[in-house]
Amino acid sequence: MEVLVCVKRVPATGARIVLTEDQQAIETRNLGFTVSPHEECAIEEAVRLVEAHGGSSTVLTLGPAEADEQLRDALAVGVDRGVLLETDGSDWDPQATARAITEAITAQQEDGHNFDVLLFGNESADSGGYQVGVRVAHALGLPVVTGVKGLEIEDGVARARREGPAGAEVYEVDLPAVFTIKEGINLPRYPSLPGRLKAKKKPLEEGTPEKKEGGVAMVRLENPPEEESEVVILGEGAAAAPQVVAILEELELI
Amino acid sequence: MILALIDHDSGNLNPVSLEMLTLARDVAGEAGTSLEAAIVGENGRLLAEEVATYGVDKVHLVSHDRLDSYTPEAWARSLAQLANALSPEAVFGPGTDRGNELMAHLGAILDQPLAANCTAVSPGAPYTVTRVRWGGSLLEEAEVRGDLPLFTVAPHALEAEAVSPTDPAVETFTPELEENAFRVRLAERVETGEDKVSLGEARLVVGGGRGVGSEEGFAILEALADVLGGAVGGSRVVTNLGWRAHADQIGQTGARIAPDLYIACGISGAIQHMVGAKGAKQILAINTDREAPIMAKADYAVIGDLHEVVPAIIEAIKAKGN
Repeated sequence: MEVLVCVKRVPATGARIVLTEDQQAIETRNLGFTVSPHEECAIEEAVRLVEAHGGSSTVLTLGPAEADEQLRDALAVGVDRGVLLETDGSDWDPQATARAITEAITAQQEDGHNFDVLLFGNESADSGGYQVGVRVAHALGLPVVTGVKGLEIEDGVARARREGPAGAEVYEVDLPAVFTIKEGINLPRYPSLPGRLKAKKKPLEEGTPEKKEGGVAMVRLENPPEEESEVVILGEGAAAAPQVVAILEELELI
Repeated sequence: MILALIDHDSGNLNPVSLEMLTLARDVAGEAGTSLEAAIVGENGRLLAEEVATYGVDKVHLVSHDRLDSYTPEAWARSLAQLANALSPEAVFGPGTDRGNELMAHLGAILDQPLAANCTAVSPGAPYTVTRVRWGGSLLEEAEVRGDLPLFTVAPHALEAEAVSPTDPAVETFTPELEENAFRVRLAERVETGEDKVSLGEARLVVGGGRGVGSEEGFAILEALADVLGGAVGGSRVVTNLGWRAHADQIGQTGARIAPDLYIACGISGAIQHMVGAKGAKQILAINTDREAPIMAKADYAVIGDLHEVVPAIIEAIKAKGN
C-alpha cells in the first residue's frame, strides 16, 4: 500500500499572536514551527497503515525551503520519503495550493508512486479553509471523506468513521481515496533519537511549482478586538471556597 | 440572485443556517438582488416556511430519491447542477462541518473560490470579506474574485434575525446523478447516548490542564461537575498525555464550549485552548500561577493548588445544600 500525507508548516503560536508591522504575516522571530494537530495525526495514521499493510509512505508539503524541517519531523516518526514543493513563503490560497499539490501527485504517479490512500488534515491550523484535500480529490477524480476520526482498510475498501450531527457516521469507499483527518484518530508517537538519525538519510525530493493564483487574495491580518477583562481574584487556596460558592449562586448554578 | 445553502439533518435545521441567512440577506440587499435558498432532500421540505421568515424569496427543494440521507458528493453535485441552472452571483453556506464540506465540494466541482468562515461580506467586484484564521484568534481581510464566489459564514459571528414571515414559493429541482456520485457510501450511523451532558451544550464546564497531574487527578473535577450538573473537559496537553479521551478536548481542534461558567483548573490558557472556550459567558480560573496567560481571559480567579481548592468548593456547596 502506498500512502501519501500532505502537511503545512505553521508557526507554533504562544498565548498571543503578534503580527508583522505590514500585517501580512505572523511575527515569527521568536517562534518555532510545527504542523497542525490534525496533520500530526495524519502522519501517524500514514505510518500505522504501512506498518499494518506493508508498502511505503510519502510526506509532501508546499512551503518555503525551511519546511524541510516539517518533512524531517515526519520522516523521524517513520514516514519513508519526503517531497518539498518550494515556494517563496508567500500566502498561497486554497485553489493555488490544491493545483500545485495535484500536479505534484500526478508527477509522482508518473514516477510509479500510485497512492492508494491520500491523507490531509481536515483544515490547516492557520488559514482554516477546509478545502485543499477536497479540491485535490476532485482534481484527481478520487472520492473523499472529510473529518475522519477512524480508518480501517480491508481488501481495498476503507471504512472511515467521523462525527455527524446525531452521532458517528461510517462511510465505505473503494481505494484509491482521499481522507481528511481530525485529531483524535490516534495518539501520535514522539520521534526517537534513532528515528531522528535515520530521517537524515531518507530521500527528499524537491520541486518548484508554478503559482496558479486562485480567487481568494489576502489583504491583511488583524488581531480581533481584545476581550480581556480585569480578573477578580477571589482569594488564595481553600479559603476562597465561600467566594466561589457566592459566584455560583449569583450565576444561578446552585 | 444570491443562493443560500441550508444545513439540515433529516429535517433538523442546524441553526447556524439562520445566522448565515441573516448575513446573506444583508449582502443581497447591498447588492440590490434577491435571496433564494437551497434545501437538499425531500425531508427538508418542512423547513421552507422557517427559512422564509429570514428574508428568503424562493426556496429550491433539491429532490431525488437517493438524497434524503446525507452523502456529501451527491449533495454537492446536485447543488452544482442547481447553481448552473440558476446562475446566482454568489453562494452562501453556514460554516458548520457539513456547510464547509459541501461548499468545498462545490468549489472543487465548479473550480470557484471559497472563502470559509467569514464574519463579514461586502458585495462588489471583487467581493471583500473578513474571515477567521487560527480558529478565531486572528482575522483576515481578503478579496474574492470569481464567476461564482462561494462563502461560508463563521458560526456565532452574528445573531440570527427574522424578518416578517412570507409565504415562500417552493420550486422542486431534480438533479441527474450518476452512480459515481454515490461512490462514498454511508454504511452505518451510530446514535450517541443522551444520558451524559455534552461539552458543547453544558451550562457549566469544569476543565483540567497539566496542573491536574494525572488521569486519577480528574476524579475531583468529575466530583465538582457532578455536584453542579456540568461536564468535564480538558486541554490538549491532557488528551495527548492520555489522561482524558480526545472527545473531551476543549480547543481549536476539539470541542467548542459555550457554558454560563467555565471553571478552568490548572490550565495555563494557550491560545488554541482559549478559542474553544470563547463562547463561555464567565471564566473562573483556579491556578497556582498568578501570571498564567489565562488570568488575562478569566473573570474570576482563585490562586492555589486545584487539589486543595476544588475539594473545598465541593464541601462548601454541600454545606450550603444541608
